[in-house]
Amino acid sequence: MNFEEHAAKPLLHAAGISVPGGRLARSAGEAEAAAAQLGVPVVVKAQVAAGKRGKAGGIRRADDPPSAHDAAQAILGMEIAGHRVASVLVEERAEIAAEYYAAVLSDAASKGPLVMFSPDGGMDVEEIAATVPERLRRTQVDILQGFGVGAARAMLAGLGLGDAEEPVAETLAALYRAWRENDAELLEVNPLARLADGRLVALDCKFTLDDSGIPRRQELAATGSPEPLTALEERARSLGLSYIELDGEIGVLANGAGLTMTTMDVIAHHGGRPANFLEIGGAAYTKARPALELVLDNPRVRCLLVNFCGAFARTDVMVAGMLDAWAALGPAIPVFFSVHGTGSAEARAMLRARLDVDPYETMDEAIAAAVAAARHAGGAP
Amino acid sequence: MIVAGAERVLVQGITGRQGTYWSERMQAYGTRIVAGVNPKKANTRHCGVPVYASAGEAMRETGFDLAVQFIPPLGVKAASQDAIEAGCRRLVILTEHVPVHDVMEVLAMARANGAAVLGPNTAGLVTPGACFVGFMPAFESGIFRPGRVGVISRSGSLGTLICLNLVQAGFGQSAFIGVGGDPIVGTTTRDALAQLNADARTDAVVIVGEIGGAMEEDAADYARTMSKPVVAFIAGSAAPAGKKMGHAGAIVMGDKGTHASKRAALEAAGALVLDTPSGVGPALRAALG
Repeated sequence: MNFEEHAAKPLLHAAGISVPGGRLARSAGEAEAAAAQLGVPVVVKAQVAAGKRGKAGGIRRADDPPSAHDAAQAILGMEIAGHRVASVLVEERAEIAAEYYAAVLSDAASKGPLVMFSPDGGMDVEEIAATVPERLRRTQVDILQGFGVGAARAMLAGLGLGDAEEPVAETLAALYRAWRENDAELLEVNPLARLADGRLVALDCKFTLDDSGIPRRQELAATGSPEPLTALEERARSLGLSYIELDGEIGVLANGAGLTMTTMDVIAHHGGRPANFLEIGGAAYTKARPALELVLDNPRVRCLLVNFCGAFARTDVMVAGMLDAWAALGPAIPVFFSVHGTGSAEARAMLRARLDVDPYETMDEAIAAAVAAARHAGGAP
Repeated sequence: MIVAGAERVLVQGITGRQGTYWSERMQAYGTRIVAGVNPKKANTRHCGVPVYASAGEAMRETGFDLAVQFIPPLGVKAASQDAIEAGCRRLVILTEHVPVHDVMEVLAMARANGAAVLGPNTAGLVTPGACFVGFMPAFESGIFRPGRVGVISRSGSLGTLICLNLVQAGFGQSAFIGVGGDPIVGTTTRDALAQLNADARTDAVVIVGEIGGAMEEDAADYARTMSKPVVAFIAGSAAPAGKKMGHAGAIVMGDKGTHASKRAALEAAGALVLDTPSGVGPALRAALG
């Protein structure tokens, strides 16, 4: 889960990293009042959980409250990377002497935390890596040992930070602590600014919370920004199902992320288009009934493909749930089955008894038949 | 990680609904389960084996070679620490949604103690005809049959489909290794590939991958050095652009992670990359001559 800047910065503050004074505003009037309360020149920043806000025109400077009003008016309602801007952060403007880059993230290659720092902040990390790769430092951390000021000093050696080296080392150690204490996947400060008076201030902050950490970070997660969802996706989430609405005609009910992705790939391979991604693998395999109700509530669906390959997820349990939903809703669309793996003998017997159908021998045959049916129904291109 | 069948297996969380269901199936298939763990049901018996308060106690009383967990996500770290400190050499973590910080801690503990970890978020291991560990349908004879093809999969359901296609094409498996679907796992696709390359019972390997991460690219790097044929299927060619990685994550990965990148890396290493899972039989027939 991603967080907007105003929701991420309190994590830095709690870890002892300075952030500019600021207020969140949801209207131009609130932005003007915020600027008046701060009483200094400000920056007005679009609050969306996406990068490149500046390039999109979502960050503006304002020297007085009336210009903060105008800046907010221009920014509110903008669309940045698919997000509509509903609020702005009005922040004290700092006198910047230097801009650094600092981040901590989970690194798959080393299977542990990775701390990154560059004295050339203010631009994207991709750009830093492309233009001054020798000044982008990366340190792999032993998570059992942690990352303290000593390790941070060693990481910064030779970068010529001068007087800033010690406070930067302290900031990196604090950033690691904040990353660790909040189940962060990514905690990035860019820029970390050195002010004219030598103080370090985090001018921006990007925070991604590990979704698997949410159950033990409920309070924190409540301040995050969930992906924008359609009404059906919203319903799926409340049921604990992973559902993504797509623009095709073939409704898909399958188990397991890998099998579901493959089902979509093979549909595409045969020239068809899936109406949804929906997987009921893992612990969700008992939710076949509400899952199918979701699929069928999508008005674009012209036919249904059921593709089960049971391992942990038992196909007999999934088919029973699916048949219950089918009987309750009575949809007038064709349905195609491929059912294999754990419980499939029982599942096949159930399909024969209750629907008088036999699954196709192979997934490819079932998918080819579903694609043909969707085309026949006038759905597919 | 390849299981031979002689391993003494400890089941952490044996008394739960899933632990019971799958322990019974493992036992029926030939897996040598020697004990279970549940602190609340210590000194009882379940599935015909003794239940202990901890893996440490199980190690002292019966000994074990491999531990497998049916444990909820937030309990995995403590259960793993218990097993590793007991001297467990091989640990299979099936659980999905374990916090990534916990995974990193478990893997660091395992590294420090010389223990190998499979998972998390894996369906486990199968050696057809001998034993299985986890929740794969090893007992379905239309899906698993003794043979000479090694299968590595990030997904249980898709791995099952590939194994089904193998058997339908007349092949069997030497071993199925589920590496797991999490971004950070103990045994990578590359590790599993090296193990199957060294396995005398294996003539060819099928890699079942998916988009995201860099495990397939990394495995391709190793496949280059192999003489055994490698066939691969990578799920997600038609997946909608989505699930954005964090900025900094993207830079560390470089431009790895897309279907095209994985396909290109594997093909450059001499592997055959399939368009659909059902192509696996013909591809292996061609490769094995």
